[in-house]
Amino acid sequence: MDQLIAYFPLLMRGFGITVAMALLAFALACVMGGFGAWGQTSKWRAVRWLVMGYTTVVRGVPDLVLILIFYFKMQALMNVITRGIGLERVDVSPFISGTITIGLIYGAYLTETFRGATMAVDRGQGEAATALGLKPFQTLKMVTMPQIIRQALPGTMNVWMVLTKSTAVVSIIGLSDLVGVAVDAGRSTREFFWFLMAAFLGYLLITWVSQQIFNRLEQRFDRGFADAR
Amino acid sequence: MRYDLLLDRWPLFAEGVWMTVQLTALAVAVGFCIALPCAILRSRNTPIASQLISGYVYAIRGTPLLVQLYIFYYGLSQFDFVRDSFAWSYLRNPWWCAVIAFSLNSGAYATEIIRGAITRTPKGQVEAARALGLRTWQVYALIVIPSALRRAIPQYGNEVVFMLHGSAIVSVITITDILGAAREFNGRYYVSDEGFYTAAILYALLTLMIVLIFRKVEFRFLKHLKMR
Repeated sequence: MDQLIAYFPLLMRGFGITVAMALLAFALACVMGGFGAWGQTSKWRAVRWLVMGYTTVVRGVPDLVLILIFYFKMQALMNVITRGIGLERVDVSPFISGTITIGLIYGAYLTETFRGATMAVDRGQGEAATALGLKPFQTLKMVTMPQIIRQALPGTMNVWMVLTKSTAVVSIIGLSDLVGVAVDAGRSTREFFWFLMAAFLGYLLITWVSQQIFNRLEQRFDRGFADAR
Repeated sequence: MRYDLLLDRWPLFAEGVWMTVQLTALAVAVGFCIALPCAILRSRNTPIASQLISGYVYAIRGTPLLVQLYIFYYGLSQFDFVRDSFAWSYLRNPWWCAVIAFSLNSGAYATEIIRGAITRTPKGQVEAARALGLRTWQVYALIVIPSALRRAIPQYGNEVVFMLHGSAIVSVITITDILGAAREFNGRYYVSDEGFYTAAILYALLTLMIVLIFRKVEFRFLKHLKMR
């Protein structure tokens, strides 16, 4: 148990890396999800097929497999580039490749969430806003978007939770995140159990804090809806 | 690309597919056996048991499967009393660690799914059963559970896919599942990605199969709820 205190700063660093990676990947996933949902309603068939291919492939393959493929592919690509311009070998960091991969994976899930939320908002809302003389951007900002966000919140919360837990897998390609640090410390101190428990509690803390934040957001976006408490 | 090597080494991947299917099926089956009683107790708000179960569900759903697997594989071996007990003959074996961790994980997610379905049982069904003079256990055994399990099928399909994908982490604890076969293949032939691509395709095919099977099951058991 004393070892736990000695390793505390390192564990905190790992915790920070986990949180940073989750937030960055989530931001990327939101952007991908936004583009995806937009692309799915595109009038060009090619765009719709492209989005469908993206969501189907990504959701059919385990995150770890995609993380490994991207990690090795990005390294290979990097080697070609550095050799091409005559530089020394540059190593692709697990953090960057992991963040990009996880962002792309959960972007596919958010595509579905965002599309569902967009369709759940009554068309009449937008039409009424236009009839009142609002410009398209004003309609989006003041009328449709707040309602879309309200519809999308529960699903988005769910994706965020799964995404956060998914970052643990990046430790397998050598990232010193919360799990990575816990395993390293456990191995060198031979106190695996306590370090893994520390990681376990770290993830529970993230879950708990996220729930509080999302509950607040939900309350905020539920204002003005009679059936919502 | 050396796909000719893949054809030579297909038994390796066949073994991997079998291991993945076996682990996923076992985890889901044991998970279901854990989840059904837990979901009933939770939905009835049984004192103490209900709190314990919600703690279990919260802890499992709030943490990564990888950490749960490591706790069983690396964590428990730290204690001498575990090493000295009869359980050690199982816990020293990575396969058993995976089965235990995955079953507990699947059990927690399934508890939530089934509990949700139970609490969404239309009130009229329960009232009608009571009016017919059924006892509480009969209401559960004959009405609530069969009806809830049917309505839980679509979500359960997602849970099975989730478990299939989650099981890919066992290659880290030296089990040769699909991904384990891919890593072994890549390592043996010094290729970078043929093995991974094969694994990706195999996982995608299994996912597709699960989705199709569940669509069939859904059609069979939820026919009466479809709009005519």
